[in-house]
Amino acid sequence: MTATSTTPRDGRRAQTLPVDVSQATHSVPDSNETPDSSILSLRDVSVFYGQFQAVTGVSFEIPKNQITALIGPSGCGKSTVLRCLNRMNDLIPSARVEGSIRYHGIEICSPKVDPVEVRRRIGMVFQKPNPFPKSIYENVAWGARINGMKGKLDELVERCLHQAALWDEVKDKLKESGLALSGGQQQRLCIARALAINPDVILMDEPCSALDPISTLKIEDLMRELIATYTIVIVTHNMQQAARVSDQTVFFSLNEHRQGVLIEQSSTRQLFTNPQDQRTEDYITGRFG
Amino acid sequence: MSVSSTTKPAVSMTERSSSANLSSRRLRGNLMFTVFLSATVISVVILAVLLWTILAQGWSWLRLDLFTNMPSRKAERAGLQPALYGTLWVISLTALLAFPIGVLAAIYLEEYAPRNWWTRILQTNISNLAGVPSVVYGLLGLGLFAEWLRLDRSIISGALTLALLVLPIIIISSQEAIRAVPSTLREAAFGLGATKWQVARDHVLPVAMPGILTGTILAISRAIGETAPLLVVGASAYVTFNPNSFSDKFTVLPMQIYEWARRPQDEFQGLAASAIIVLMAVLLILNSVAIVLRQRFRRKIRW
Repeated sequence: MTATSTTPRDGRRAQTLPVDVSQATHSVPDSNETPDSSILSLRDVSVFYGQFQAVTGVSFEIPKNQITALIGPSGCGKSTVLRCLNRMNDLIPSARVEGSIRYHGIEICSPKVDPVEVRRRIGMVFQKPNPFPKSIYENVAWGARINGMKGKLDELVERCLHQAALWDEVKDKLKESGLALSGGQQQRLCIARALAINPDVILMDEPCSALDPISTLKIEDLMRELIATYTIVIVTHNMQQAARVSDQTVFFSLNEHRQGVLIEQSSTRQLFTNPQDQRTEDYITGRFG
Repeated sequence: MSVSSTTKPAVSMTERSSSANLSSRRLRGNLMFTVFLSATVISVVILAVLLWTILAQGWSWLRLDLFTNMPSRKAERAGLQPALYGTLWVISLTALLAFPIGVLAAIYLEEYAPRNWWTRILQTNISNLAGVPSVVYGLLGLGLFAEWLRLDRSIISGALTLALLVLPIIIISSQEAIRAVPSTLREAAFGLGATKWQVARDHVLPVAMPGILTGTILAISRAIGETAPLLVVGASAYVTFNPNSFSDKFTVLPMQIYEWARRPQDEFQGLAASAIIVLMAVLLILNSVAIVLRQRFRRKIRW
């Protein structure tokens, strides 16, 4: 009685959990990442919005050619941390980042580093699909063009749309508006657009939260294919998605000052089957509160 | 079961009070509809009366001579060619000066300027400048352009003065249009490694351009009817030659209208009315150019 009827929300969570970890069967190097396999390395990162400290002392490594999932309750700073990785927080006037974020050993938060250069290497897909109000072709080609890409744009557009598993659906209407597509197609177009600048890392901020389950699965399959070439960091509210798709999971939560803190980081299999921290266990089993 | 017996009357209570409330809400809704409709009708009727009076008075004077003749002391020989040319010169030049400067300033303020006290001071000043009476701009133009820069009572002095007058309007309306561009669009573009200029040029400006042009139409419409600042800068009321260059003396249609309207003879009243018709036609033609441009920009955006 007491265990099942705390709140209706917990009850609903309990039906879908525990997460089926048999799905998380990707080859994960279980322990002792060698430092040079990590592409991004965060050390003691804190983020402030004006006077408010949103994230406190976060440190973790992001390994190359893997999917790192950032999970945690709303407002715990997952997206904030993600947006630090390509200096998107620079666009928010009151935001300030402290600590060290190294990309291939280079301090990307340094004022000497051009955020434009960082974003060219570390691309981003947003929560809400946000194609440009331009043609499908132009959506993909624009990034390449502004980055001074020479060569055949037509081929590039076709290759990126293929990679994003969208080509067959749009090949006959490349001149039509990107916004005429369905939500799932729009999000794949945004992924194709991110691929067109040939980034090293792709950040995805809840890329499936506005999509139906079929589109979501398509995008998850796509992510598994993309890590052969790219490194992906994904923020997700959906724990099944983190379990299905990621190699490594980082769990965030709020401390007593309502600041985001990192609770636990490990391989996805380990975090979902054998969490080391009580708070992680509470969260993944739906007893968070 | 005691629960259902207590909830039953509560439900019908709310239903009764909401239906009683409904008729008064409907009444209020209808009342407001009438208020809105009459507000629209009043402004349209006044405009129609105005147009009708002007047309009735000026139509018979609207002859080809009007466009080819110079002003004259004899009403039947009087024309407004210099004033028409003057207006076209001054307004084109005003638009050419004020539009790019205004849009560029708006881009700076919205896309580049840091959010600090300095920007706030700039912003407050621009807003205040939009409210300064036009005759004050005339004094500024007289001192700055006509005398200090020795541009004299020329077209360029007048155009610079009018450009100053409409600049705040163009900046503010362009800022509004730029601010209305969804920030997700900017984020998407910045996320691809675009510079601020690339984002502004390829995404912000094309989306904001229809709004910017609407603001420009309003600003130019204001400038074309201005008399006071040009009077102060030194436009002459009685000009019997067409301007040929920026440095020529000039008059404009509103001054010609004023010059004719203040004469006691009925003939000149008719001439003034016909000149008003010409002024309105010029305004409509200029605005339709901007409207065509605006439609073209709207079509290019593939929402």
